[in-house]
Amino acid sequence: MKTLKAMVPVIVAVLLLSGLASAQQPAPKAAPSAAQDGFVPVDSPIAPGDAIPAPRLVAIAYGFIWVVLFGYLWSVRSRLARVEREIEVVSRRVASGGK
Amino acid sequence: MLKKTFPGLVVVAAAMFAYAPFMILDAPYESTMGLVQKIFYFHVPAGMTMFLAAFVSGVGSAVFLFTRKAWADRVGVAGAELAVVLGLIVLVTGPLWARKAWGVWWVWDPRVTSTFVMWMIFNAYLLLRRYGGPGSDKLAAAVALFGMANVPFVYWSVNVWRTLHPKTSVVPTLPAGLRGPFWFCVVAFLLISTLLIAVRAELEKRRQELDALYLASGE
Repeated sequence: MKTLKAMVPVIVAVLLLSGLASAQQPAPKAAPSAAQDGFVPVDSPIAPGDAIPAPRLVAIAYGFIWVVLFGYLWSVRSRLARVEREIEVVSRRVASGGK
Repeated sequence: MLKKTFPGLVVVAAAMFAYAPFMILDAPYESTMGLVQKIFYFHVPAGMTMFLAAFVSGVGSAVFLFTRKAWADRVGVAGAELAVVLGLIVLVTGPLWARKAWGVWWVWDPRVTSTFVMWMIFNAYLLLRRYGGPGSDKLAAAVALFGMANVPFVYWSVNVWRTLHPKTSVVPTLPAGLRGPFWFCVVAFLLISTLLIAVRAELEKRRQELDALYLASGE
């Protein structure tokens, strides 16, 4: 019972802090135009006067994906080759009686 | 089988990834986001295959926990590592898209946050495997189960909570011009992911064989 009583202020403090934290969290600034429910295609490309350069963002995204995916493939293949070499060395050592 | 078909399949996957940007450039622009929406064609397939990799890791780990089969452990590791790689792609390309569409790089939105948490879980799996010492394979397998359990929360987060992120309704309702390139990219990601899981599982198999050899040699 004593422990329970001692825990009450802690629980109240945690609840208050979490309430404060959620109250302080700023509402996300959404561009209301960004499609959420579905995409609608158009023929004309970009609105004039765009401040943020989309081509650069798209190029970085695609370049990054290429580098990561094929870099990972190369990394796994090279790790595999290293293990194969090590297996060969250890097998030879085992076959020659551990010398 | 894998050794024979692997180079050919890698070439096919590379060709698909090389051709995909041309299909994507030909696709119509989205009315509200313009050019930056084209990140969608790689961002979403990477997310979908990340979910798949998480399931592969989770199922492999579950089988390993209950049966102690070595192949299941190998599948668990391969899936977890791929989930981390694909998660990195999702978490980097998402902010690049968000910067333009939302005006910010990052928002602690339910979808973004839950994806980040899932990515951290699979990072924890890999760290456990690397530094956990003896017995860490079983502990890591349990972590992978938590990672897999996170997938439905990540997927439905956009429909359940208020969020900035596009909802799950986007993909099934894609207009004709956007649908073709999108599903082409999904197939490309599925192919490369399958190859990566296969080659990573093979690496783990060879490592287990090497460990057995060291034990046999008494080192």
